[in-house]
Amino acid sequence: MTALPGTEQLHDVTLTVNGVQRQITVPARRLLSDALRHDLQLTGTHVGCEHGVCGSCTVLVDGQPMRSCLMFAVSAQGHAITTVEGCGDSPERMGPVQRAFIECHGLQCGFCTPGFITTITAYLAENPAPTEEQAREAISGNLCRCTGYQNIVKAVMRAAELAAEAPTAASEVSA
Amino acid sequence: MKPGPFAYHSPTSVEQTVATLGELGHDGKVLAGGQSLIPILSMRLAKPAHLVDINRVVGLDQIEVTEQHIRVGATVRHSALERDGAAYAAIPLLRQALECVAHPAIRNRGTTVGSIAHADAAGEMPAVAALTEAVMEVVGPRGRREVAAGDFFEGALETVLDAEELLEAVRFGRFPEGTRTAFIESARRQGDYALAGVAVALTVIDGVLDRVRASYVSVTDVPGVLELTEALRGQEPAGADWSAVDDLVQAHIAPEADIHATADYRRMLAGELTRRALTEAAR
Amino acid sequence: MSTRQFGAPVQRREDPRLVTGGGRYLDDLGHTAYEVAFVRSPHAHARIIDIDLSDAWEVEGVQAIYLHEDLPDRVGESLPLLIPHPALIAPRVGYALAKDEVNHVGEAIAMVVATNRYLAEDAAARITVTFSSLPSVVGLENSRAATHLVHEEAAGNISAHLLQEVGNVTAAMAKAPNRLTLDLTIERSACMPMEGKGVYAVWDSDDERLRIYSSTQTSTGVRAAVAAKLGLPLAKVECIAPDVGGGFGVKIMHPWPEEVLIPWAARTLGHPVKWTEDRREHFISSSHERGQLQEVEVGFDDDGRVLALDVRFWHDNGAYTPYGIIVPIITATQLLGPYKPGAYRVEFWSLYTNTVLVTPYRGAGRPQGCYAMERTMDAIAAHLGLDRAEVRSRNFILPEEMPYDHGLMFQDGRPLKYDSGDFPASLAKLKALVGWDDFAAYKEQATREGRRVGLGIGCYVEGTGVGPYEGGHIQVETSGRVNVATGLTTQGQGHQTILAQIVADELGVPIDSVHVTTGDTRRMAYAVGTFASRGAVMSGNAVALAARVVRAKALRIAAEALEVSAEDLEIEDGIIRVKGAPDTALALATVAVLSNPLRYAFDESARAATQFAGTFDPDKPPIADDEEPGLEGQDFYSPTQATFANGMHAAIVETDPVTAEIRILRYCVIHDCGIMVNPMIVEGQVHGGVAQGVGGALYERMAYDESGQLMNASFMDFLMPYASEVPHIETDHLETPSPLNPLGIKGAGEAGTIPVTAVIASAIEDAEGFPIRSMPISPTQLWELRQQHAREDAR
Repeated sequence: MTALPGTEQLHDVTLTVNGVQRQITVPARRLLSDALRHDLQLTGTHVGCEHGVCGSCTVLVDGQPMRSCLMFAVSAQGHAITTVEGCGDSPERMGPVQRAFIECHGLQCGFCTPGFITTITAYLAENPAPTEEQAREAISGNLCRCTGYQNIVKAVMRAAELAAEAPTAASEVSA
Repeated sequence: MKPGPFAYHSPTSVEQTVATLGELGHDGKVLAGGQSLIPILSMRLAKPAHLVDINRVVGLDQIEVTEQHIRVGATVRHSALERDGAAYAAIPLLRQALECVAHPAIRNRGTTVGSIAHADAAGEMPAVAALTEAVMEVVGPRGRREVAAGDFFEGALETVLDAEELLEAVRFGRFPEGTRTAFIESARRQGDYALAGVAVALTVIDGVLDRVRASYVSVTDVPGVLELTEALRGQEPAGADWSAVDDLVQAHIAPEADIHATADYRRMLAGELTRRALTEAAR
Repeated sequence: MSTRQFGAPVQRREDPRLVTGGGRYLDDLGHTAYEVAFVRSPHAHARIIDIDLSDAWEVEGVQAIYLHEDLPDRVGESLPLLIPHPALIAPRVGYALAKDEVNHVGEAIAMVVATNRYLAEDAAARITVTFSSLPSVVGLENSRAATHLVHEEAAGNISAHLLQEVGNVTAAMAKAPNRLTLDLTIERSACMPMEGKGVYAVWDSDDERLRIYSSTQTSTGVRAAVAAKLGLPLAKVECIAPDVGGGFGVKIMHPWPEEVLIPWAARTLGHPVKWTEDRREHFISSSHERGQLQEVEVGFDDDGRVLALDVRFWHDNGAYTPYGIIVPIITATQLLGPYKPGAYRVEFWSLYTNTVLVTPYRGAGRPQGCYAMERTMDAIAAHLGLDRAEVRSRNFILPEEMPYDHGLMFQDGRPLKYDSGDFPASLAKLKALVGWDDFAAYKEQATREGRRVGLGIGCYVEGTGVGPYEGGHIQVETSGRVNVATGLTTQGQGHQTILAQIVADELGVPIDSVHVTTGDTRRMAYAVGTFASRGAVMSGNAVALAARVVRAKALRIAAEALEVSAEDLEIEDGIIRVKGAPDTALALATVAVLSNPLRYAFDESARAATQFAGTFDPDKPPIADDEEPGLEGQDFYSPTQATFANGMHAAIVETDPVTAEIRILRYCVIHDCGIMVNPMIVEGQVHGGVAQGVGGALYERMAYDESGQLMNASFMDFLMPYASEVPHIETDHLETPSPLNPLGIKGAGEAGTIPVTAVIASAIEDAEGFPIRSMPISPTQLWELRQQHAREDAR
């Protein structure tokens, strides 16, 4: 579904997603979240509220976490997007945050998890050794209805350890 | 929850932007960070026919610190201003307030100037604009004009900006030497719109309070400045008796009830937060 | 010796996929499907006069627009009443699309199918519906007053009225030396999973077969409901629950209107159709829970022992009653918790309001019951000047009294009979964990510093693992891969892991070789669903029983091949060995080959099972009369009654003396769900439950205005807690086995949520020194209460 029928003007948008240059043709109103999920079929980015509160759709835009439901795809022209798939796209190539989530039971249904993983990946890049209180603060813009957050806080701490052990793994994320 | 259709414009210069806005008149709407606008579009509470995306306009992403002010361009993200060391050194209140704006992911996209143009009484930055006596740099088809913060806000979500105009930059005024500031707000959840919030600036000269002012979040219709100087001038900050302030605060604010708090509760909160902010700034 | 998996904190097998973006939730499927948007009622109560579609058809990309009058046969008939009950005297259910009348804001009126959701919403926005508004009934007080009726045939707005009594309450109350009454209120909240509902249907016209994907807690239920509605043979309908982004109860309700409409539209249009619920739709057109008004009268002796307990409550069931009266029945029965009142009478009225319907939300009526009982316990302690924990312990059912029959009927229609539990031990652990006996000194110190702190407690018992049954099917492939299927669905509970743990132990295979499928009717057609903390109990025992069937079969085949007795064999790490003679062995994979005699070889292992390979007894058939080909088997677990888990929570809160802001300083949990299959997962369930409980106690409510508009239908204003609002949770466990099932386990899913409202109310009451009778409570409400008490004290 790259083009919508009807009279709406379509725009060609070139953006880099997880290090790969991609081109899509979309109407101006197409949300970046929908473009990633349905035009590029990167369905790891989830949509939980579509009004910017839940954080499930958080992706990194030029390395910074942003809500992909609060951006139009046309605005992403020329920018570099990192989704959860870009934090490690297969069970064999997982980043430290992903591994920490598994070790610490930081997810249950898994729906909010990609938004946490992108958020935490960017956070640890700037704050490699947070305290537990800072770790809790760092995830306080994302909603999770399953875990009660405790094991996510634990996962942030663990991911910091894993990243410190293998710094190359942490820097693999494309900015 | 998907936005309705609109035509998209992506000018690269202020001149183009103004020309486009001038052509579109009331059919056009400026898109900067979009963190307030896009939810409204997705809920179809607003259906502008045209959006003018200013994110590609060259030169709007600059922060300039001078002796008198900090000039913030229209596409400077909250987070960029929050992190800017020179800006923090010049006006610490900016960072103090910006840390309370929603959550980091929102601040990474949302713009400070956009939140002032949006003029939500529950927004932090309009209150900061008021307290710093900011100057609004407005550009439109009829050229440039400057508007003082005190004249800029007209009502809830209303400013003197015309539909054809762009708020190109905001100059936050630096406080006189010896000024200390604090920003405190109380929200139901961290990052939510505040039930009440307050920014204070107190200037100490020769060890005593010389000038004290406050501005409010969520408890006034329009962000304005409350002068507390008369009530406090001459007191030593450390041992100051803030109780004289409460009547002034209560006379200044006009909170309304909503599903999260009663008006009376907000009155109490505004008074208490003012005392706490003054105490913190006086430290 | 392989490590025993059962009881170990095994990392979840579903996670590598989910953390790398490999999950497949409903909206991740069907990128080319038509998408649907609904026109939903903006009025709480109105008659539909006219619907104008002409503008909507002008939107390009619109494929179809449907109204009630377009729905044929059973699709247009009312939705099913899922759980009838004799006390449900005036049941009412809605239609897939409203017929003539709407009874709550959000009820679906028109359905637009378009090439994508954007265009479907464009068209929906152009549909004009003319209404004639009717008076709306909002809130329990208004419903009880019955000045206006939601449904004309439900007199007094009453859908159901039920009274149960054990002993003679009137007589016992009259004799009691002390009596108290409490009026209590608890407000609405909702499950609010991060993924809303969603349905995607594909009609295969060549095969005349319908495939439905639904974000559901019961794929067998949806399958049967849709087959009936569409008049299709059950064999031609399959339903799959893909990855589901949380449920918490709302997705056990079925069929939702969309679960009927989307498959019907897919068949009608001959094209895949998908609907993904957005957040606003989830607020106004799924379900809520919790709203009740309660009146408690309690008679007790001077030691605080309850002699008589008389409870009346009014339950808000919203606009319709498709799920019957399960929620108030659970409140009525589970209210008793770990206690044994001398006599008990409970009477409830389930009432209609013009609001979103009410179906179970994690805890399902128990948080309300626990709240009533625990508020009462605190009131007794306050009245007598006794320690609150001591009053509770004096009313406990003791371990030696188990099994304990309350003489009431539970939600499954079976006796409310506790199977096991050690309440005094749980309380002792809780007191130790929270430092119960040291709190007075802490509070005194805090008071001297000008701080207000309070300690609260709450105890509950939860009937878990209700029937009727679940099944397990296990098949060992010739590669050694073990496929396990159970029919109930998963929304994050880790079933793929815990069921694999159970099967790995029972069958004696490495856990990595075990692969579990849930919620797919193609793999297991007989199942009930995931609710009532029943997943581990029901499917856990079912797959254990199925594994025993397969194990026995494997041993029979191996015994014959090895020419030994089956009793002399053991299975470990997928190898069948003669005990004491480990060299005489056969891989389970090889047994799988032998179990399926073949005519055709298609790989190396199959070659061994072909007719000219090896030796055989020419007098016997290749498959014995009482055997079937394949190393597979299935079994079902169907218990006589629920198994009862329990827990006790304590919290220390601090309230700001000026602003009345409420902060939880500590939160302690003692949890007893029998033997734990995976303690890591149990802990996670407890954490999540407590967090939802904290939301319900301090943040979440459904703010309806008088006209029935939901004022806070967004995550901006419905205050689900972030990490910044949820305390660190300290836990300790007791493992009192259930005597009812082979694994000795009890359910754990809902437990954490149940007592939180009661515990927080108890702690705030302790901090403030005046009774808390209405929950949830916000700073503004606590502040108003302080003002009110200050005025009363001044009088």
